[in-house]
Amino acid sequence: MCSDPGQNMIRDAIRDKGLDAIVVGSCSPHMHERTFRNAAVSAGINPFLVEIANLREHCSWVHDDLEAATQKAIELVRMAIEKVKRDKPLTKISVPVTKRVLVIGGGIAGIQAALDTANAGYEVVLVEKEPSIGGHMSQLSETFPTLDCSQCILTPRMVEVHQHPKIKLMTYSEVVKIEGFIGNFKATIKKKARHINEDLCSGCGLCITKCPTKKKAYNSFEEDLAFRPAVYIPFPQAVPNIPVIDETICMYYKNGKCGMCVKVCDRGAIDFDQKDTMLVADIGAIIVATGFKLYNIDKKSPDSRYKGYGEYGYGKYRDVIDGLQFERIASASGPTSGEIKRPSDGKVPKKIVFIQCVGSRDDSKGISYCSKICCMYTAKHAMLYKHKVHDGEAYIFYMDIRAGGKMYEEFVRRAIEEDDVKYIRGRVSRIYEENGKYIVKGEDTIAGMPVEIDADLVVLATAMIPQDNSAALARTIGIPYDKYGFFNEAHPKLRPVESTTAGVFLAGACQSPRDIPESVAMASAAACKATILLSSDTLEREPVVAKVNEDLCAGCFYCKKVCPFGAIEVKDVKDLNGIVYKEVAYINQGVCQGCGTCTATCLSKSIELAGFNNEEIFAEIAAL
Amino acid sequence: MIYMTSMEEVIMKYGYFPGCSQTGSAKEYDISLRKVIEKLGASFDEINDWSCCGATSAHVTNHKLSSALAMRNVMLAGQQGLENMVAPCAACYNRLITSQYEIANHPEIRNETEELLSAKFEKDIKVINILELFLKIGINKITENRKRELSELKVACYYGCLLVRPAAITKFDDAEQPVSMEKIVESTGAKTVDWNYKVECCGAAHSVARRDIVVDLSKKIIEDARSHGANIMAVACPMCHTNLDMRQRAMKRAYPGHEEFPVLYLTELIGLALGMNEHELGIDLHYINYKYTDPVLDNSVIR
Amino acid sequence: MDKEKWEPKIAAFVCNWCTYTGADLAGTSRMKYPANAKMIRVMCSGSIDPVFIIKAFERGADGVLVSGCHPNDCHYNAGNFHARRRWDFFHELLDFIGIEKDRLQFSWISASEGKKFADVIEKVTKDIKALGPFTAYKKMNSEFTAMFPEIPEADKEIVIKEKETV
Repeated sequence: MCSDPGQNMIRDAIRDKGLDAIVVGSCSPHMHERTFRNAAVSAGINPFLVEIANLREHCSWVHDDLEAATQKAIELVRMAIEKVKRDKPLTKISVPVTKRVLVIGGGIAGIQAALDTANAGYEVVLVEKEPSIGGHMSQLSETFPTLDCSQCILTPRMVEVHQHPKIKLMTYSEVVKIEGFIGNFKATIKKKARHINEDLCSGCGLCITKCPTKKKAYNSFEEDLAFRPAVYIPFPQAVPNIPVIDETICMYYKNGKCGMCVKVCDRGAIDFDQKDTMLVADIGAIIVATGFKLYNIDKKSPDSRYKGYGEYGYGKYRDVIDGLQFERIASASGPTSGEIKRPSDGKVPKKIVFIQCVGSRDDSKGISYCSKICCMYTAKHAMLYKHKVHDGEAYIFYMDIRAGGKMYEEFVRRAIEEDDVKYIRGRVSRIYEENGKYIVKGEDTIAGMPVEIDADLVVLATAMIPQDNSAALARTIGIPYDKYGFFNEAHPKLRPVESTTAGVFLAGACQSPRDIPESVAMASAAACKATILLSSDTLEREPVVAKVNEDLCAGCFYCKKVCPFGAIEVKDVKDLNGIVYKEVAYINQGVCQGCGTCTATCLSKSIELAGFNNEEIFAEIAAL
Repeated sequence: MIYMTSMEEVIMKYGYFPGCSQTGSAKEYDISLRKVIEKLGASFDEINDWSCCGATSAHVTNHKLSSALAMRNVMLAGQQGLENMVAPCAACYNRLITSQYEIANHPEIRNETEELLSAKFEKDIKVINILELFLKIGINKITENRKRELSELKVACYYGCLLVRPAAITKFDDAEQPVSMEKIVESTGAKTVDWNYKVECCGAAHSVARRDIVVDLSKKIIEDARSHGANIMAVACPMCHTNLDMRQRAMKRAYPGHEEFPVLYLTELIGLALGMNEHELGIDLHYINYKYTDPVLDNSVIR
Repeated sequence: MDKEKWEPKIAAFVCNWCTYTGADLAGTSRMKYPANAKMIRVMCSGSIDPVFIIKAFERGADGVLVSGCHPNDCHYNAGNFHARRRWDFFHELLDFIGIEKDRLQFSWISASEGKKFADVIEKVTKDIKALGPFTAYKKMNSEFTAMFPEIPEADKEIVIKEKETV
């Protein structure tokens, strides 16, 4: 029937016999429902007055007993006929589209997504919670496998974002609320008080150099390896190059005195009274690119979700550091100006041990998944170290070397063969200090021997985990997340950059551990998906949505509780005088995905799912 | 079980599972523990007809047996109307909680063990180790009842392998950097040192068959404690004590020039602080007489 | 009616995304199962009203199968969780209203579990056969029949002939 002659038969029958609805006994509706609906439309019948009795997959192919199968086929057709008699013509729903994209997160993924979307001609609001965009990539010294300077390739992009006429950059800001639905979101963004007037500040930095609280707080950009004063920019290349005043340590907020920054700022940009402001923006599509953080193994600030690894003494020994700290030590703009020195006494380490999979691939203490990038960045660290300390020894404890990617395996081979990095397959059981050395006890599983290395510096390749607030943000936006807190894609193979919520897209390490090229690719893909969505003025949707009969609705709002999409709102019903006399449920057709959970929950049976209403299903049951 | 004797005072009564060591090689651990507990105002109710916990060879030779032996004792505690049970020996403690864990998480082991013991495990008995016991009684009680200043002592607190691990089962303190024994020791007025070997292996049951291994491992533990400024070690496991105290003779043979290092049970240390003498606490049963190892100790502790 | 030749009538309420697709897979894989179950497709197992199940019994079904996506695998994120809660409760009530509990069965069948679908149908059919025909419906279906006067009740007395060799 699905062939052209078959479809013509249907069209002819509709015309010749004056049919107003049709039933096709054929294969599964998942195969050819659309074909037959189109055929019906071309003959002037509403596409939703077509029902399919699945006689192939559900009957002829699965039953041996011919008599019984024939009987079943007759009954299936009968059921479809009774349903189609009660089907109502439906028309596709169309909703308008706001042509503006919200990008949450200003790391490399967010930057790429914002630039691509803006270059396609759409307005972008880029929200970053830190005072500068750049994310983790701006902290890196060099990138694998090319050993490009990370800042050198990133900074031009950051500047481009800042100068792009279509991008509204909101740093030191957070998304606090998302309402609405695909094409018609409303985002509330909190702009935290910088206490610096952004319009007046020229970024001269005089306030920073004159601030008397010189080394009051840990510099989080330097991964706590350096200090910063109360007024600061996170790093010299920050975009925008406007400082922030940290209220918690600023003398002015303590005792109302000081005000040194006010005295030195000749533009009068310091504004101690500045308050947090809220901004509401109409948004058509959202790209979430909030990135990752490192597994917290510091005993001083225990992360309730994860703990363990007391045996490595992180947080107890200053020379046991994590990967990002090593990046800062190796970075030319870092606290040691790129010289490899250990934090405790500033000595150049002659023996350095790297431990991979700290937290990753560890069901008993850490997380089950592989963090994907650690094999590569550890090889890079060892290489950078060997390039700077020629007589140094670098050891890497690993479980497996996972170097899948273009030029990745070659990179690791280079570390082993050219730079003489010693790879030891095995785990480390303990690290302790003895006479200024760190005794690393572990096992070489290939030699089958215990090993003990007296290292000067130990670098732990800690796992990538989602940002602290990822679950809360997911609930704010209304997208699902997995048990770790990574955001879920709509389909793991075929829809990797879309969330299951229509109009919300994902980019970078907020979805799962990603390296830079993958984050950038995802960001471009998400931008592309968003621009596809924005390219039309209205959106067409299947009309299978729920609808409330307001006369029957009793206003219990059980439906509101069960709706997985938050599509149900409270609507006031007014009398002629404009006085509200009852509240009823109202279903936002743009948000409703048509699951029908509300229809089964409704006590007064006042909600019906178009195409699957109670009468239609009862008719099917009656014809059973 | 909690008895209210007056409005203010709560005396805790604890089930007591001594274990085999407490009646033999670690007699002084038993003696000192009972005396200290009494001084601190708590009391013990010994499990009637207690038997082997299954820790020695049962858990490597016959899993069912080790599970049944452990659960038999837990069951007896329940029959006696107890809600908790102290296992001072770290090996007993570990065996008992591991069995409880297995039974809670593996219905098939539960069924099998219940069948073997012809009983149903209904009551939830909380098995606690010696550190948890003192933390429950309250370390402030130790400070309050202190009769002696042990401030000259620099104690290396040694946990060994079984007291805090595996973390998923013990659910107590940090498995790799524990600090609870330090808290207890500090309540006696003694100082503690931060050292590296507090949870390393002493060789445990290899003490008999492979003395060479035990001597090497225990020597490292003692030397690390010494090099971090300790002049005495506190332990909470009969097996550890055997290896660290008794094997120092063998250590002298293997490492000529080895200097004796005193190793006391945690309970003995508390007992000294509470004013008891070494004979009362059974300290004179040790191989290494702590009085002679360090003149500081000799003067400060024993008067 | 000859009990040996009696074949049960089973209504299967299935979700569009997992179980219906799983049944399609069973079909394309040419798996074989008894012809007793007829499927009524809904969008999500969350939309299956207990009333549907009662109506199916009223209309002479000997058994009812309800099936949707596995928990955590729902196309609509959470529909099947609501369904599961509702069914657990409803299942307990069946005995109370005089319908044997085992006449109503639940299962999770994903789109890739064609084999499981065939097995479930096999099992449900066997179970319902063991329970025998559900006759109490004759006392309960008056109201429902009045709702659809024009739909004739499917002939319960259809006797499937002994299998002929083909």
